[in-house]
Amino acid sequence: MNNGPETYPEMFKRVKEKSEGAFIPFVVAGDPDLETSLLVVKEMVNAGADALEIGFPFSDPVADGPTIQAADVRALKSGMTTSKGFEFIRHIREFTDIPIGLLVYYNLIYQRGIGQFYKEAQKNGVNGILIADLPPEEASSAIEFSKKFGISQIFMVAQTTSNSRLSHISQMAEGFIYVVAVKGVTGARSDLERDTLDLIHRVRKHTDLPICVGFGISKTDHIKKVLKAGSNGAIVASVLVELIEKYQEDRRVMLMEIRRLCLALKKATRGCGP
Amino acid sequence: MISDGKFGKYGGIFVPELLIPAIEELESAFYQYKDDKNFNKELDYYLREFAGRPTSLYHTQRLSEKLGCKIYLKREDLLHTGAHKINNTLGQGLLAKFMGKERLIAETGAGQHGIATAVIGALFGFPTDVYMGSEDIKRQRLNVFRMELSGARVISVESGSKTLKDSINEALRDWITNVDNTHYLIGSSMGPHPYPTMVKHFQSVIGRESRKQILEKDDKLPDAVIACVGGGSNAIGIFSAFQDDREVELIGAEGGGEGPSGRNGATLSFGTEGVLHGSLSFVLQDDDGQISEAHSVSAGLDYPGVGPEHSLMMVEGRAKYEPVMDNEALRGFKLLSKYEGIIPALESSHAVACAEKYAKKPENKGKTIIINLSGRGDKDMHIVSQKMGAGV
Ligand SMILES: Cc1ncc(COP(=O)(O)O)c(C=O)c1O
Repeated sequence: MNNGPETYPEMFKRVKEKSEGAFIPFVVAGDPDLETSLLVVKEMVNAGADALEIGFPFSDPVADGPTIQAADVRALKSGMTTSKGFEFIRHIREFTDIPIGLLVYYNLIYQRGIGQFYKEAQKNGVNGILIADLPPEEASSAIEFSKKFGISQIFMVAQTTSNSRLSHISQMAEGFIYVVAVKGVTGARSDLERDTLDLIHRVRKHTDLPICVGFGISKTDHIKKVLKAGSNGAIVASVLVELIEKYQEDRRVMLMEIRRLCLALKKATRGCGP
Repeated sequence: MISDGKFGKYGGIFVPELLIPAIEELESAFYQYKDDKNFNKELDYYLREFAGRPTSLYHTQRLSEKLGCKIYLKREDLLHTGAHKINNTLGQGLLAKFMGKERLIAETGAGQHGIATAVIGALFGFPTDVYMGSEDIKRQRLNVFRMELSGARVISVESGSKTLKDSINEALRDWITNVDNTHYLIGSSMGPHPYPTMVKHFQSVIGRESRKQILEKDDKLPDAVIACVGGGSNAIGIFSAFQDDREVELIGAEGGGEGPSGRNGATLSFGTEGVLHGSLSFVLQDDDGQISEAHSVSAGLDYPGVGPEHSLMMVEGRAKYEPVMDNEALRGFKLLSKYEGIIPALESSHAVACAEKYAKKPENKGKTIIINLSGRGDKDMHIVSQKMGAGV
């Protein structure tokens, strides 16, 4: 029987059984406005997204590059708030059960009240929360409430993360481990660093959790490579956000382009499962 | 990590995982070298020979007479580059050298910290990139030129509000990308641990000298120490030597801008708790936690956050923080120029105005006050002459 949304373990099991990797597109809630970004998400889901990463816009997104910061600015200009962000999730839940992860900066959670934020997240159908500027050192309250409300606390690891931190983070994390593909902030890049593939191998040795690679994944070829190296999924952000930016004046073309790219990216995950 | 970088509940390390190794490396180097004999010998040498320390603690005559208090000025305005910022850039620059880093980056609002960093880049031979909001670049052409003369590259920041807070974001992003060879030289006692502790350490020379000087001159501690607060580095630097002397009042003058209902930079006076640029402190923000744009007539106080230790000192009642409005600061500027022939930076003018208000209270008559004169006003001639209608 189906009780509420699909969980991360269920989703990773589903794609694995089909010998696929998970395709996880990212969008900033409210970019360029609530209505359009809801249509964008719909296209992503219809094109085969296995899960979603939804960013709540923040005025000072230090972990993000210019593309996503510009999306945050557009969303905030269109009147996005934390309440509207949750409303956005509620609307997505009207048409899909796939896992939804939030990508947020800590101040938004802190102002809402940590407990209140997690409670609203659960109520509206969020599966996981990744806080871009919250390393394990500061995460004890977030973890407490993630457990209380049954939300997976997701953490990032990077090339610079030592082995001892890797094991520590694997123990705290739930849902999946977010592997940062590049040194630096989010943004589309043309080649994938050799180091990224080594990092996937290294992370694999420290965790049984699924691994998803994000930051700088922009081509079908990147997806194939990271899945082959042992990743369970790929998170694609900046190239999609670039399409929103490019076609913000022509919604029809925007949605068509998003659909076309998502279909291609999803296709790249097929036959590449670990 | 050696410390959690907390001041009460404030401070901490709210940064992306990617930065943690850089922060661990910096923290460990800082704790290693801060008590290292060779490091301190070299730092003392440059502070003395290059920057011009010690600075005097000057007993004002006409100003004291006018205000009915005994007023001392800690003359940080006499330092090379014209402000206290050089204490910190020398300290961190030398640390970067001891750490084997090859490149410096910095953020700057008006350009003061950018200049102090560019100069250190030239001194030690580091390629230096300074991030500066494109709005600020337009307003501060002369400072851009000064930085470039010292060999620094000034990178225009086009994101967000295109001002100081966005330059900090860009510098953090650069650091995230180039952690291996780059030191991020933060300009105030804010940011993630270990910066607030480290910047305080390098600025505490102001307090140490002041305490010694006042004891030599007066044989007793002052009644009050007053400093302006942007990110909080000159204030924490001078407060540090008096923190344990409960009888000494510590007062921070914030950029009150147009006041509480208008645009301002008075984070402690008008802000609320939040997480910005790596630490939990007070910030100017809306109900959702979106950071507001700050405003002050002095670019150096134009920041929507504040160093975390000041937040603790405020909630514990150890220090008081008062907003000084733009027009009051301009009065302070004129007052000191006219009565002492010392033209203060607009930032420091906030401390002067705050001292004037303090002195005017009947219960404070005859008290001894130290004003930390954090910088000189040369850089502000343009804006002040405009405000006075002189249009130089
Ligand atoms: C002369 C002067 N005073 C004060 C400040 C404010 O910084 P802080 O609060 O870190 O001392 C600045 C900043 O640029 C400055 O140039």
